[in-house]
Amino acid sequence: MQPLTRVEGRAIPLGLKNVDTDIIIPAKWLKTISREGLGRGAFETIRSEPGNIFDDPAYTGANILIAGDNFGCGSSREHAAWALGDLGLRVVIAPSFSDIFSGNAVKNGILPVVLPQEAVDRLLEVARAGEPITVDLEDQTVTTTYQDRFTFDLDPFRRHCLLNGLDEVGLTMARGEAIGGFEADRTAAQPWLMRGTAA
Amino acid sequence: MASRPRTLYEKIWDAHVVETRDDGTALIYIDRHLVHEVTSPQAFEALKVAGRPVRRPELTLAVPDHNLPTTARVDAGGTPVTIADPESAAQLAALEANAPAYGIRYIPATAKEQGIVHVVGPEQGFSLPGTTIVCGDSHTACHGGLGALAFGIGTSEVEHVLATQTLLLQQSRPMEVRVDGDLGPGVSAKDLILHIIGEIGAAGGSGYVIEYRGAVFAAMSVEERLTVCNMSIEAGARAGIIAPDDTTFAYLKGRPMAPSGADWDAAVAYWRTLHTDDGAAFAKSVVIDAANIEPSVTWGTSPEDVVPIGGRVPSPQDFADESKQVAAQKSLDYMGLIPGTPMTAIAIENVFIGSCTNSRIEDLRAAAAVLKGRRKADTVRWAIVVPGSGLVKAQAEEEGLDKVFTAAGFEWREPGCSACLGMNPDKVPPGERCASTSNRNFVGRQGPGARTHLVSPAMAAAAAVTGRLADVRELV
Ligand code: SF4
Repeated sequence: MQPLTRVEGRAIPLGLKNVDTDIIIPAKWLKTISREGLGRGAFETIRSEPGNIFDDPAYTGANILIAGDNFGCGSSREHAAWALGDLGLRVVIAPSFSDIFSGNAVKNGILPVVLPQEAVDRLLEVARAGEPITVDLEDQTVTTTYQDRFTFDLDPFRRHCLLNGLDEVGLTMARGEAIGGFEADRTAAQPWLMRGTAA
Repeated sequence: MASRPRTLYEKIWDAHVVETRDDGTALIYIDRHLVHEVTSPQAFEALKVAGRPVRRPELTLAVPDHNLPTTARVDAGGTPVTIADPESAAQLAALEANAPAYGIRYIPATAKEQGIVHVVGPEQGFSLPGTTIVCGDSHTACHGGLGALAFGIGTSEVEHVLATQTLLLQQSRPMEVRVDGDLGPGVSAKDLILHIIGEIGAAGGSGYVIEYRGAVFAAMSVEERLTVCNMSIEAGARAGIIAPDDTTFAYLKGRPMAPSGADWDAAVAYWRTLHTDDGAAFAKSVVIDAANIEPSVTWGTSPEDVVPIGGRVPSPQDFADESKQVAAQKSLDYMGLIPGTPMTAIAIENVFIGSCTNSRIEDLRAAAAVLKGRRKADTVRWAIVVPGSGLVKAQAEEEGLDKVFTAAGFEWREPGCSACLGMNPDKVPPGERCASTSNRNFVGRQGPGARTHLVSPAMAAAAAVTGRLADVRELV
């Protein structure tokens, strides 16, 4: 995974609330066995409307997306994160995110930034003015050329993984002994729990 | 630890902590993992590339459901029919190859045990009380109806579970939704959960695990509890859970993968400890009176857009919050609805009975009870029933329900997700309306431009008969 420390660039002021993962990537795009190329299907319904925000030349090359409450709600499809990544987006800023989406985002090198609605509203204005926004994960700040400065929280483990581009699976496999100990205790105390399909 | 009263969620969480990191993230053991064809290929691919084995193959169960066509799976000569769509066929082939390659039990598309993952898990006794259950599908919350901590995960997490049988998680906060009293006649578990989502909102459970408590849930069958917990994710919650009780145990006893003999007794003894202690604190509590609930329907494109069937399409001005006003206007435009229209005046052209929310035997019985001796309205172009599993289908056929459906003008299909998400050929055409027993009324969910109204199975049947959204209580 690509490390993420600081992202500076233009932002797409989407602003919509309850952007579900069906909006981010419709089901027909899930019939793939690869992670690549999903940007083509990203926001397909919105992009089918003439003059939509994603086709607006003012936001070409944007690497930040600004949205409303509950971004990424609905289906757990990680294709949503892959599609955003394929569009070149590295940061999504919103007042809240669905739990599953924010986990998926981080695992794919995309930073979900939670800010209060007023801050998001302000950043939407800045983005609409075509001005760049800077997101710094080291300092956990979002700043603008107008001297706005907002701080955000991210759970320390996710921050650590993003900053260093770490693969969680590899990290956890290194804890194999602790997992083995848990399994041994479990097998002794509640063997039926460990049988699964072999019951 | 024993001295502090704990919620059910906290008890299950505590029993699965392998270790806690300094930053508060916990490594949580996963007891049961369900895998289907759409969210797993990239996970298996990543394992293969990194040369990683599956840690505990017997704790994963694989079954295809999401994109399988629901037409006949074998031809007249008994040969399996290949899927016409090459991409869907490739996903199915990938699962068929990956599961045995890693020693994972696989239920083939042609087996009678095949079905929607969330129907199959409980039905096989693979899903058990007190276990942690995950699946690359957000409606995994469903299994909470058995008293399990069950939640949806993304594909990277599918890979994480396959490789380590654990997940790195932050603990959610416990939330209580209490419903006392009795549900009125014609008011089902689906109406209740839609009502709850309407009350607390699509993000009302965000950051929480909901425990459903109170007399209404205690009186429910396991099937009804699965329906309730299934839609917890539509309220934004990570999971939903109902404490296991004698109803749960009776449901599980004798199922193929459930414990048996002395193991059964030990399991039940443990399951009886799985309830919220007196004095345990919830971070949020919502209390609802069952008596106030009517059959519910959705009017918009978020599951929180709920009104009673006797209600009317709202106007954007009815909402205090400005962003909700904008969202409501967009929903009305998409749905082609005019504020103030009585819900019962809305004509529908399609009816879908199915999905992991409402495709179990009780759901089919409820719909068939309304349809018996009746026919769908001529204006209803397409009406299908997609049973949740081959076993549900067989049971329904034994009871003659298939005959009731076909006599009423419904198509009787093979099990799968079908028009719940429109990945297979079962789609609602653009601009047409569907009374659907599924769980999501999102823009384009049932097909591009499709307009979905979420309802209970009995209400879907009532809509089929009248050709419009209708109050089932006037039909029985
Ligand atoms: S029926 Fe619908 S919600 Fe349920 S598992 Fe299938 S696609 Fe997901």
